[in-house]
Amino acid sequence: MKWPRPNNMMLQVAIRFISLIIFAFSIYLFLAGHNNPGGGFIGGLMTASSLLVLYLAFDMKTIKDVIRLNFTVFIGIGLLFAVGTGIISMLFGYQFLKHFFDTFQLPIFGEVELTTALLFDLGVYLVVVGAALTIILNIAEDEK
Amino acid sequence: MNNLVVLPIVIPLLTGMLLILFKQYIQLQRTASFLALVGTTLVHCLLLFEIKQSGVQAVQMGSWPAPFGITLATDMFSALLLLTSNVVALICLLFAFHSLSAEIEETYFYSLFLFLITGVNGSFITGDLFNLYVFFEVLLIASYVLVSIGGKKKQLREAMKYVVINVLSSSLFLFAIAYLYSITGTLNLAHLSVRVAQTGQDALITAVSLLLLIVLSIKAGLFLFFWLPGSYSAPPTVIAAVFAALLTKVGIYGIIRMFSLIFYHETHVTHLFIGILAALTMILGGLGASGYGDIKKILTYNVVIGAGFILAGLAAFSPEALNGSIFYLIHDMISKALVFLIGGIVIHLTGTTKLEDMSGLIRTHPALGWMFFITILALAGIPPLSGFIGKVLVTEGTFVSGYYWLGAIGLLASIMILYSLLKIFMNAFWGETILSVEEEKGTTKGLMLPVALLTTLTIVIGIFAQVLVPYVDLATYSLLNPEVYIEAVFSGNPIP
Repeated sequence: MKWPRPNNMMLQVAIRFISLIIFAFSIYLFLAGHNNPGGGFIGGLMTASSLLVLYLAFDMKTIKDVIRLNFTVFIGIGLLFAVGTGIISMLFGYQFLKHFFDTFQLPIFGEVELTTALLFDLGVYLVVVGAALTIILNIAEDEK
Repeated sequence: MNNLVVLPIVIPLLTGMLLILFKQYIQLQRTASFLALVGTTLVHCLLLFEIKQSGVQAVQMGSWPAPFGITLATDMFSALLLLTSNVVALICLLFAFHSLSAEIEETYFYSLFLFLITGVNGSFITGDLFNLYVFFEVLLIASYVLVSIGGKKKQLREAMKYVVINVLSSSLFLFAIAYLYSITGTLNLAHLSVRVAQTGQDALITAVSLLLLIVLSIKAGLFLFFWLPGSYSAPPTVIAAVFAALLTKVGIYGIIRMFSLIFYHETHVTHLFIGILAALTMILGGLGASGYGDIKKILTYNVVIGAGFILAGLAAFSPEALNGSIFYLIHDMISKALVFLIGGIVIHLTGTTKLEDMSGLIRTHPALGWMFFITILALAGIPPLSGFIGKVLVTEGTFVSGYYWLGAIGLLASIMILYSLLKIFMNAFWGETILSVEEEKGTTKGLMLPVALLTTLTIVIGIFAQVLVPYVDLATYSLLNPEVYIEAVFSGNPIP
């Protein structure tokens, strides 16, 4: 008896949704940080995993064509964000890494507390996404 | 508060990050990293004068007051080391422009170099034990990549050993930090000093201090230097020179800081132990240096002897001895970079590291030969070069404190340094010229300027040592009087 050729249709369809859900949850975790469990590091790791499941379900080449990003650059940009927030407080005559916060009235969200520490966290987030994906993709690409 | 203190960390860090984004633009990378190091050097000059005018400079990250937040503080001791290390790094960078292959330069070399400097500067500046660990990691991670950059078989083998040793010692470092935190309840160096002074340095704290000593000894190449000759001979010349000049010195800085600011109560245990380790280091390093016939091996064993000699001054723990240690530390950074660069050029020219395969380079390269000769004299401690004053003061200090054996071994080690380096000089430069200019494996084009700059520096520091004396005195004063450092960190706030 001849077996039908295996295919990943189920996985590929499911992953499209799952990846989105993980991604959304990672953004939630990222924003929840500061006062609750969450933050840039685990948010970044989760975003990286949401992208990774795509690489698992489809093959490297397909995803490479869809996501044309150089993740190494993320590390540089993220580090810039993190150090930049430290330096900006210095430019205004405060001590390095001093952070500020205030509550604002935003149209849809209502009263929201915005902090400059979030920008620092965004830096951490980008570094983690960049580093995790660079490492894993480099190992995956190694054919020797 | 003085934000100037942050700049030595921020400038190289920021430049290194920016350069990650411009991987392909070699010329931009060179210019930017050069300017960054010029910038930090200027900042260090400013810091030096500011500290001389108004004492230890401290800044609290994010305005959290001292024992709760993270403190950065520089006293004269760290400022002198910062300035020297950045000048040496700057000159090594000039050497890198002309000696590295384009392939290495494109593999984020300049970013990594700047991250290494960030780690070195951070370790010198930080006033918090855990942050000392973090900055050690920053420089170690950069150095892991720099050891293996280029990916030759030997490099990968040595990098593996280097990483394993350092990961092990870093984990021990963490254990020591955890013990210290559970005993004293703080990690701020100034606060630790206060707490240890209040409760007295009992046997438990002394034991933890010895654990810290072991960890820092691995990094400094004090007695536990078994990993050093291999790892430092694997990477390209300029990287080895920077490692030899800066990395072990950060470990030495850590030991001196810990055992002058915090653990200074039981000197007959801890400092005697440091003295014994220093003596053993000098003997073993001296034997290694005079025994081998391979340029790289001889030079790496010289690094080890230097570490032993500097810490002999700490063991004596008197003003003269510490003055000597600081002078010798400054001299050692410059001359170790110099001797590694010259050794690298010789290997580059002859294409071999074996002394027996080279001869008579002085005829084709007189300038290089004589500069090497000056370096030998400086390292051996002949006046009026930079090694002299440090050697005299350390030896005097050990004699005054009653450590006659230590001073004697120090002098013996100087003779071994002289012998081992003269061996290179006699074999490589003296003798019949067997290699004509056309047959050489490489050129010295562009490589002579950095070497000449460093040679000038050793001569200038030796002759104008008098100018440095007030600064070094101030550094020793703040090492021997921890309350100066503590006062600056807490700046009048109540100490909990």
